[in-house]
Amino acid sequence: MERNLMAAGFGGQGIMTMGKLLAESVCRSTDKNVTFFPSYGAEQRGGTANCYVVISDEEVGAPLGDRMDDLIVMNDPSLHKFLYKLVPGGTLFINNSIVRSEISRTDVRVVKAPVTEMALELGNAKVLNVIMLGVYIGYTQIVPENVIWDTIEHKLANKTSLLPLNRKAFEAGLTLGRQQRGAV
Amino acid sequence: MARVFMKGCEAIAEAAVRSGCRFFAGYPITPQNEIPEYMSRRMPEVGGVFVQGESEVASINMIFGAAQTGTRAMTSSSSCGISLMSEGLSFLAGARVPMVVVNVQRGGPGIGAIQPAQQDYLQATKASGNGGFQMMVLAPSTVQEAVDMTFAAFDYAQRDRNPVMVLADGVIGTIMEPVTLPEARSSEQVAELKASCRSWALVGHDLSCEPRALVDSGDWDTKGMEQKNIEASALYESWKKDAQAEELFLDDAEVVVAAYGISGRIARSAVSLLRQEGLKVGLIRPKTVNPFPFESFDKLDYHRVKAILDVEMSIPAQMLYDVRMAVRGRCGISTCLHSGGEILGRHEIMDSVRGLFK
Repeated sequence: MERNLMAAGFGGQGIMTMGKLLAESVCRSTDKNVTFFPSYGAEQRGGTANCYVVISDEEVGAPLGDRMDDLIVMNDPSLHKFLYKLVPGGTLFINNSIVRSEISRTDVRVVKAPVTEMALELGNAKVLNVIMLGVYIGYTQIVPENVIWDTIEHKLANKTSLLPLNRKAFEAGLTLGRQQRGAV
Repeated sequence: MARVFMKGCEAIAEAAVRSGCRFFAGYPITPQNEIPEYMSRRMPEVGGVFVQGESEVASINMIFGAAQTGTRAMTSSSSCGISLMSEGLSFLAGARVPMVVVNVQRGGPGIGAIQPAQQDYLQATKASGNGGFQMMVLAPSTVQEAVDMTFAAFDYAQRDRNPVMVLADGVIGTIMEPVTLPEARSSEQVAELKASCRSWALVGHDLSCEPRALVDSGDWDTKGMEQKNIEASALYESWKKDAQAEELFLDDAEVVVAAYGISGRIARSAVSLLRQEGLKVGLIRPKTVNPFPFESFDKLDYHRVKAILDVEMSIPAQMLYDVRMAVRGRCGISTCLHSGGEILGRHEIMDSVRGLFK
C-alpha cells in the first residue's frame, strides 16, 4: 500500500509545516516508510510552495509521485496547476475561502474547508495550515488524531503559549473533516 | 537503534560527525545549506571546528590545511560551488590528503537552477579538476544510504589518503525520511584515527627519532611527479573491488534500467510496478559511480537482454558514457531524461520501458 499526498499553496501558508507534521507523525507512530519532499522557488516569501508526502508499507520509490491520491490546495493557482495529478477517485481538499474557481473534474471527491476564514475567526490567520491538517486527518484518518496532536505538542515544546490556539485550530479542522467523511 | 525523521542534508552532516569529522568549512548555496548550518551547531559540541569561509575557494583550502594534520575534514557545496573548489580538490588529490566532499547537485550549467539535477556526473567521476586525478564517488538514493555512505566515505578517504566524493542531489538533500544513524565514534576513537595518520601528517615530528613529514601537491622533479602519477593510477585501479550496485530481477530481464541516485530510486519503484504488470524488466543501480560497476553489466545474458534504458536527470545524458563502455555494443541503449531542475516521473520511466517491449 502506498499513499501519495501533495499540498500546494503560497509561500507563507505553512504548507511545509503541514506536510512535515504529517510525515513526522507517521514516523513516530508506525513502522511504515514515509518521505517528505519540499519544492519551492528561490523566493523567501510569496511564490509557490508545495510538498509531497508518501506513506508506504514498502520502501518509498518515488518521493514525489506523479499521481496523487490526495491533493490539498490552498490557493487558486495551485488548483489549476496540479488538479491533473489527482488520480480518478482521489480526494481534493480545498481552502474555499480563497479558491473560488469551479472544480473542472467530476471524477474526484471534493472536501471544501474555508480554512482562512476559520483561522481569522480564531484570531490568527497563521493557523490555517493546522486547521487544514485537522480536516485532512479527520477525513482520511490516515494517522490517529492524537498522534498528530502529540507531534504538534512536541514541536511547540518551547512555545507552549501557542498550544491552546493550535489545539482549537486542530479540533475545528478535525470536526469539519469528520463531518464531511460522514457525508460521503 | 531507533529511527529518527531527518532531512537528507542534516543526516549527512550527523553521519560525518559520527564518523569522526572534526573540521568543516563551507560557503552557503542551495540546496545544501542545511549541512553547514547543522555543522555550525554540532562541530563545537564535539570539540571540532566550523568555519564559514568567505568563498568556496577559501573553504576548500581551509580543508586542505586541516586535513593535512590527519584531522577528518569535510566540505559540501552544490554544482557551481563545487566547480569553484576544483583547484583545491586537485591539490588535495595531488598531495594525497584524505577528506570528504559532498556535492548536492542542482541544475546547470552555470548558476543553473536551485532545483535537483544530476548534471555533474562526468565532472564528479572523470575530472573534478586539472591533472587527471580521481576520487571515489558514492551516490546515495535514500537518506539512509546518504548516511551510510558519508560514514564510510571518511574511512575510504583515510584508507586511500585521497579525497572521496558523496554525489547527492537536491532531492536527497532536502527530502525528509526515517533513518537509523550509526553509532558515533568516541572521542578516543577519533583521536586514534588521527594518530594513525602521524607518519605523513603535519603534526610536528621529533626529527631526532622520526622522519620529517612533507605534504606537497607537486614535485619539481619530473621523474618524481611521474612516479606520483603512477602510484595514484595504481590506487584508482585498485578501486575495482569497491564497486557496488543494487541489482534487481536480472535473472530473466529482457530490458534493464540503469540509473543512480534519485533517478535510481524512482527507477526501482517503476521497475517493481512494471513487474506487477508482468514485464520482464530489471534494474542496475550503481551505488558507486567511480568505480563504476561494470561487472553488473558484464553478467547480463545479452542473448536475452534486448535493451538498456539509461535514466538520469541530465540532458545530455552523462552516465550514458559509462553504460556504453559497460555494454560494449552488446545491445541497444535508450535514454529517459530530464534536466535543469525538472524531476523524473515514475510513469515516464514506465512508459519508456513499455516502449522498449513493443
